[in-house]
Amino acid sequence: MGGIELRSIDNFICRDINLTIADGELFVLLGPTGAGKTTVLNVIAGLVAYKGSVFLKGDPVDRVPTSRRGVGYLFQELALFPHLTVTANIDYGLKVKRYAGPDRTARVRQLLTLMKIEHLAARYPQDLSGGERQRVALARALAPFPEVLHLDEPLSSLDFGTSRYLRMEFQRVQREMGITTIYVTHNQREAEEIADRIAVMDQGVVQQVGTPDEIFFNPRNGRVSEFLGSPNILPCEHCRDLGHGLVEIRTGGLTIVVPHEGPPIEIVSVSPRDIYVSPTSPPGPALNRFKGVVTDIIPSGLATRMTLRVGTHSLIAEIPSEATGVLDLSVGMEVFVKLKLKWLKTFPK
Amino acid sequence: MSRSGVLWAILPLVAFLLLWETVARLNLLPGRIFFPSFLDTVVEFYQLIADGILIASFWRSLVRVLVGFFAGSLAGFVVGLLMGWKDLANKAFGPIVSLIYPIPALGWLPLLMLWIGISEALPIAMVFIGCFFPLCYNTAGGVRSVGENFIRAARTLGASEFEILHSVVLPLAAPQIFTGLRLQAGMAWRVIVAAEMVAIPTGIGALLMRAESLVRVDMIIVCLMVLSLMCFLFDRLFLSMERAVMHWTRHGRYRASQY
Repeated sequence: MGGIELRSIDNFICRDINLTIADGELFVLLGPTGAGKTTVLNVIAGLVAYKGSVFLKGDPVDRVPTSRRGVGYLFQELALFPHLTVTANIDYGLKVKRYAGPDRTARVRQLLTLMKIEHLAARYPQDLSGGERQRVALARALAPFPEVLHLDEPLSSLDFGTSRYLRMEFQRVQREMGITTIYVTHNQREAEEIADRIAVMDQGVVQQVGTPDEIFFNPRNGRVSEFLGSPNILPCEHCRDLGHGLVEIRTGGLTIVVPHEGPPIEIVSVSPRDIYVSPTSPPGPALNRFKGVVTDIIPSGLATRMTLRVGTHSLIAEIPSEATGVLDLSVGMEVFVKLKLKWLKTFPK
Repeated sequence: MSRSGVLWAILPLVAFLLLWETVARLNLLPGRIFFPSFLDTVVEFYQLIADGILIASFWRSLVRVLVGFFAGSLAGFVVGLLMGWKDLANKAFGPIVSLIYPIPALGWLPLLMLWIGISEALPIAMVFIGCFFPLCYNTAGGVRSVGENFIRAARTLGASEFEILHSVVLPLAAPQIFTGLRLQAGMAWRVIVAAEMVAIPTGIGALLMRAESLVRVDMIIVCLMVLSLMCFLFDRLFLSMERAVMHWTRHGRYRASQY
């Protein structure tokens, strides 16, 4: 078999980690800071000591040094060499692996094109923007034809727009090259959008492995659901196809429009973070906009959770704590509730 | 350098020389013999060159400095590299170097005089010691200061230990190594002059002592000017080498600690 296999990995952070990652899969390690995600990457790359066995493409690599494991690693801190130009950074892995001159030039040019950074070839890393550095670092990691690609929080330091765009780019490059990839993140949405499968990690232990839907709708234990935040589940009582990829559903006295194509919908889910709450009518069309009543407010750290009665449903919404003060919400207050169309997830029968 | 920069580099010097000339010519300080004018000194400079005395003395000192400097730097670099790269070497050499480093280079003179005797090897050994320790310290510190993340990145890209050392660690440690080189270039001249003044009858230090016994203040000043010029030139030489090697540090927002 191809891909990556970890058997009973133990070290100072990880405890009994067993994972099998298929050839060409984009596998996400999701979990809070300090969960041991990066340590798993370092184990596979041979950068830290461990007990247990790592198999790459079916071969045990526990005695193979890092330099010969064939792992392309995009570090969280990037670690681009400041004394080398973009071209020389990308070329580094090819040079130390003694590829022939013309092959090196061709490969570097191919990666510059693939990552759309041809115009940066002669620059130094310190002259680049955050997003440009990420691209160069990815090109450098991919250059020496790695068997496996590690991406450690590649987008965490970028602004929202850049990170969203780059995420799609990463996905495109990963698909084009068909390289087995482990993507580490603490961002649930990032994981959900990009992953073939996800492993949720916490406290050095893999808590659950599955497809994004399996994880988000069937969290296996309290730790997983606590980290992910359980979604609101709305059972569909009646559904009508509106055409153009939209479906109207009725649930608990509400009529909701959701993007959906295919067989009839059984449930619709929405994460507490994707419910918009406001004492005044929100701008924009009245689509998926309802009146509700605040029945409970629970401040917890950076976010405030509140229970809303909307139709016959009791929905959990979560808003950033700094917004709570501005909105001046209180229990018993009537509010407008808007379900953001693009974050509504549908599950067919 | 801009035009005003050149002006500012020259003007204070010209003013100083004018003041010197005036004070000496007008006998504002007692004892003309102890305070020759600038022009007298220039004449003496020419005289010493014409006689071949200055060139011969200077040449001897220069050879000693260069030999001691290169040997000391090379040894200091190698030992510093080992100490910075391998923990075991650091544990083995670290305490010894820490103990010996603070001894002033001149403090070695009596010991070396007994061990080596009054020979050409003595001043070279002095310069060697004066150069070895600063470079050893700065190289070890520079190598250790290279971020672990660069080393790990090079390793995952397939680099061997040797390749990591010469293609990543050394270029990134270069700023600190060059600081060491510049520091000891000045040190080499200070040590050689002191050694020649005390123990060796040849070289520019010895010429200084001879001038003192002859009460030739102009000759002393000529020697001091030559020394000042040499220290300055050595410093500039390393500065320009440093700039040529580390052109990348002038890019963007580079800070040694940042990457």
